[in-house]
Amino acid sequence: MSAALTFDRVSAGYRDRPVLSGVSVAINPGRVTGLVGPNGAGKTTLLRVALGLLDTTLGDVHVLERNLRDWSREARARAMAYLPQDADAHWPIAARALVALGRMPHRASFAPLSSEDMAAVEKALARCDAAQFAARRMDELSSGERARVLLARALATQASILLVDEPAAHLDPVHQLRLMELLREEAAQGAAVVVTLHDLALASRFCDEIVVLQAGRVISQGVASDALSDRVLADAFGIAALKAAELAVERLPIIPWRRL
Amino acid sequence: MDGALQQEREERFVARISRRSIARANPITLALAALALALGAISFLIGPARLGVGELFSGLFASHGTAAIIAREIRLPRALLALVVGAALGASGAALQGLFRNPLADPGVTGVTSSAGFGAVVAMYFGFAAINPLVLPASAIAGALATSTILYFLSRSGAERTALILAGAAIASLATAMTALAMSLAPNPYAITEMVRWMMGSLKDCTLADLALATPPVALGIVLLMVSARNLDALTLGEEAAQSLGVDVHGLRRRVVIGVALATGAATAAAGAVSFVGLVVPHLLRPFYGYEPARLIWPSSLGGAALVSAADIAVRLIAPDGQLLVGVMTAMIGAPFFIWLILRMRRET
Repeated sequence: MSAALTFDRVSAGYRDRPVLSGVSVAINPGRVTGLVGPNGAGKTTLLRVALGLLDTTLGDVHVLERNLRDWSREARARAMAYLPQDADAHWPIAARALVALGRMPHRASFAPLSSEDMAAVEKALARCDAAQFAARRMDELSSGERARVLLARALATQASILLVDEPAAHLDPVHQLRLMELLREEAAQGAAVVVTLHDLALASRFCDEIVVLQAGRVISQGVASDALSDRVLADAFGIAALKAAELAVERLPIIPWRRL
Repeated sequence: MDGALQQEREERFVARISRRSIARANPITLALAALALALGAISFLIGPARLGVGELFSGLFASHGTAAIIAREIRLPRALLALVVGAALGASGAALQGLFRNPLADPGVTGVTSSAGFGAVVAMYFGFAAINPLVLPASAIAGALATSTILYFLSRSGAERTALILAGAAIASLATAMTALAMSLAPNPYAITEMVRWMMGSLKDCTLADLALATPPVALGIVLLMVSARNLDALTLGEEAAQSLGVDVHGLRRRVVIGVALATGAATAAAGAVSFVGLVVPHLLRPFYGYEPARLIWPSSLGGAALVSAADIAVRLIAPDGQLLVGVMTAMIGAPFFIWLILRMRRET
């Protein structure tokens, strides 16, 4: 199996502030890769580099085994879909019209939506349980509904790589779980899914692979139990975690687990 | 999901989309076009000379006579220029609002028209326009371009929408002051008496030459804005998401800035700084076009044409002696509207 997205000793940053230094990661298709790390570790920067929104100062990025520099803007947009952090609609357009924006990379300059585009839009809406309010305006939806529509926009592109930045932050538990399930479904259909998460419980549970970033470097990667070792948790996050085996504590933690 | 249900969903979607574009948007666009044309025709019929409809229309095609001169050289340029100026301002307002994702962004409020006015005044009263008639619109376009470029850099450096509007207001004041300064210093003794006309905007005494100079850059500007329209839709998702969808955001900004400068600059060179048209029109039309920036540009230019024509008819009906300027009218409608819009936005946030 060849990697969908590889970072080869990538360094990048902003004007006089280097963020990433020598990051090497391979993202595989069919899997959900969780990008975790403390604030400012470079998670979003890594996604921006993958999308070509930020140039590398050193190292190479390969998308579907082709150097990122050799991709045209349009082809790159068809290959990778991106859902930024705190995404929202700046105009109260209809949910369906917003999802249809995900088809832009597939459309010629002045062509209307083709039936294929429309099918992709409807499918994405249905996948995100958003079809029932697709005709409503974005400002009439709850924040959970808006998040689903915005994710549907990213899915409508039908890209083989899906990059999602901190999607769970403002969602209630049931929507967080639903969202993670959706990302897993995308991966099950063959997409390479990269998701940045602060919630280590969600990350360790739903991600096939975890990449831990700290101060712009990858300090560990692998399946959750290996990647998030006690030492990594202490070094990167300054925390000690409670593992399921140690649950005989006074106050049991409540972890949202399953949708009803 | 099974195939039949999927198919049905798709068919419903197609039906809804086509209903939307045929049954909802188009009648309004058509109505706007009809309104603009009707107001243009009424505008043609209004003026101090007591001429009948028949006389005026036959005057358009007559080779000589008073009616011919009035119809062709006074009424027709004024009526058509009102449409051209309004179309330029309406489309510019809609595009700027889409680009800055800010319903307050209007070429007048942000100082683009006053800067164009400054450019026009310098060309006009310091003799540059006498060298070549094209210098006048070119200089106004340059003024508009300077300000829209400043706004573009401000927005790029992350200025919030209120900050952007405040910066625009400061630029507008500065440009107005510079215009007053230029007119005070101008060697031309009539300059000072025409100051108000440039600052408020007026269609009085405009000529066929004004119309001929204004129309091509305005048309080019509007075409440029319409070409950029779809990418403005993508900006609804924010700049980075738009870029991830393959939109060349820098190119888009450039095209909108140049399109707005061409349209607003040329319109201002002909009619002075008519304000608030680009604010009011897109705002009123937005709900009818699903709040989508792309669909709004063309209707806004039609709506702008109708609004400026209506305002120009109103000033002539209210003050037949020609003492009321069209820009006074649009500002009297637009300024309270602007305040109301700010109050409403504050409530929403």
